[in-house]
Amino acid sequence: MKLLPRLLASAALAAGLALPAAAQEDPFTVGFVYVGPIGDYGWTWTHDQGRLAVEEAFGDAVDTVYAETVPEGPDAERVMTQMILNGADMIFTTSFGYGPATNAVAARFPDVYFEHATGYQRDTENVSTYSARFYEGRAVIGHIAGHMTESNIVGYIASYPIPEVIRGINSAFLHAREVNPDVEFRVVWAYTWFDPAVEADAAQALIDAGADVILQHTDSTAPQAAAQEAGGVYTFGQASDMIQFAPEPRISSIIDNWGPYYVRRVGEAMEGTWEQSDTWEGMPEGMVLIGEMTEAIPEEVRASATAIMEAIQAGEYHPFTGPINRQDGTAWLAEGEIADDGTLAGMNFYVEGLTGEIPN
Amino acid sequence: MIIDPVTLIVALITVATPVLLAAIGELVVEKSGVLNLGVEGMMIMGAVCGFIAAHESGSPTLAFVAGMAGGAALSVIFAVLTQLLMANQVASGLALTLFGLGLAALLGVGYPGQPIPDVAKPLPEAIREIEVIGPILFSHDLVTYLAIALVVAVWLVLTRTRAGLILRAVGESHDAAHALGYKVVRIRFLAILFGGACAGLGGAFLSVIRVENWVEGMTAGAGWIALALVVFASWKPWRVLLGAWLFGGIAALQLRLQAAEVGVPVALLDASPYLVTIVVLVVISSDRRRASMNAPAALGRIFHASS
Repeated sequence: MKLLPRLLASAALAAGLALPAAAQEDPFTVGFVYVGPIGDYGWTWTHDQGRLAVEEAFGDAVDTVYAETVPEGPDAERVMTQMILNGADMIFTTSFGYGPATNAVAARFPDVYFEHATGYQRDTENVSTYSARFYEGRAVIGHIAGHMTESNIVGYIASYPIPEVIRGINSAFLHAREVNPDVEFRVVWAYTWFDPAVEADAAQALIDAGADVILQHTDSTAPQAAAQEAGGVYTFGQASDMIQFAPEPRISSIIDNWGPYYVRRVGEAMEGTWEQSDTWEGMPEGMVLIGEMTEAIPEEVRASATAIMEAIQAGEYHPFTGPINRQDGTAWLAEGEIADDGTLAGMNFYVEGLTGEIPN
Repeated sequence: MIIDPVTLIVALITVATPVLLAAIGELVVEKSGVLNLGVEGMMIMGAVCGFIAAHESGSPTLAFVAGMAGGAALSVIFAVLTQLLMANQVASGLALTLFGLGLAALLGVGYPGQPIPDVAKPLPEAIREIEVIGPILFSHDLVTYLAIALVVAVWLVLTRTRAGLILRAVGESHDAAHALGYKVVRIRFLAILFGGACAGLGGAFLSVIRVENWVEGMTAGAGWIALALVVFASWKPWRVLLGAWLFGGIAALQLRLQAAEVGVPVALLDASPYLVTIVVLVVISSDRRRASMNAPAALGRIFHASS
């Protein structure tokens, strides 16, 4: 019964899009399909910041439209089609689950440019994929988490068992273990990107299980609120800065910075120089930023975390540098060896030391 | 690692509260012979109205009053349709859910992520920190205690008072009640309003206390669970409480099993509250005689004074 109202809600949204698009004389129209509400102050909010950056960069030459809380599935296809019929020249779909829908619509509208976030499917010439190397940010906050935990239990609210999420868990764990050999990670799979009630319950469950640092790979601020209420629990902003929870529980954050990429790609599309690409940028390019580290973190930890951050930004350090073994103890990376992007993109295994199992 | 039973019980009582409130309200509605399937819509209206009031006024009390008002206001539509215009209750109830979800989304535009005041716990910290019983018995929010008190009150009223007897009479045979001079439509109207206010309060608890945020569609099916609970409880208030805690218990337990790294399939755990609800409904309804014995005889039937 959950789907039907959502369908209707997004149908209403899509119908509302017709007005602004038709009223203009013909600016370049860019559509954005969001998986959650802009008010999540997380993932979707940062994408909308990117949209606003596009508006600011091109002014009247560009018109943007967006649809919030579009379910991942066939309904997304309908929302995109609606946008295009209303004049959209380019579409950004900002969640992994939009892959099949994006490619299906792209095949039907060869003249429209498509950009699919965190995806891998590029069936036709007019589909590009882009993602950020969030795992670089996870290395920095994993390092801080390893230092900050006193119970040696770090809770991790995961969304879906896909490579992007598993990569983040591995990266955070490796860097927590590096500074704290006793640290353990407890991973709870919420099976949602955005459901504040479930995220709050998951955070509470982890706190009850003894976790005093909580990392999240879901989009809402609910875990931050739960940690604040529990007290003595540290969290990190996810996707957006979540600075409203600083200086505690939020002691730092991973920030997604999509604006520059969006402005660049929209510009290329307008000039006709747009080409299909698979972009994967991280901290060196500025697509992933680390939010302010608050006073709650001891000064020497702030210094060492900053050093890791700067090494990654300068391209001197890769978070997956050997020796690293897989969870079952078999060797993955030899001493000094650096993980290749192919393995990272399809990562479906835990590294050695993680105790849980990845659900199927 | 073992799961701490104390925190599990605390969590399950919190998780169960919105569903419990909505279910006890719906129980009264159904006892009066009306089937209102709009619980989900009334809950979400309560959630959005409560959150808006909390943000705008800064007063938790006002927020809960607004939540109740929001739920009750929506239920007025249902009451007018089914009691005065004699529309079909099932269709009206379903429409009410869809309307409520849409209206709440509209009202809530711009509110997600807005700050709201913290709701203070009613009991002093010294009592809350007593070993074991402190967290379990004394650490809850006022609304949670209110919900449990409401179960007791509904039970008392339904079984021990004249008013309860009249309400049940209306639900069992509206013609007989009408012949005795009771105002069937007025009694049902009031029962529907009560159900709406309860569902609204449950929704406000969700947005103002449990999540502390407003999100479109945040009730995520809780209203349907509440409806199922009433049948599960075979229209008995105490069993509604039991059912709500059972549901809350499974939801809270599955996350803790994951956190404790017990090797249970996550997808199955995620679905388990719904699976249990279905199983219980099947078991209960398999014995037709027993189930129908306790269902109000006039449930869902339209009353007209002239017939």
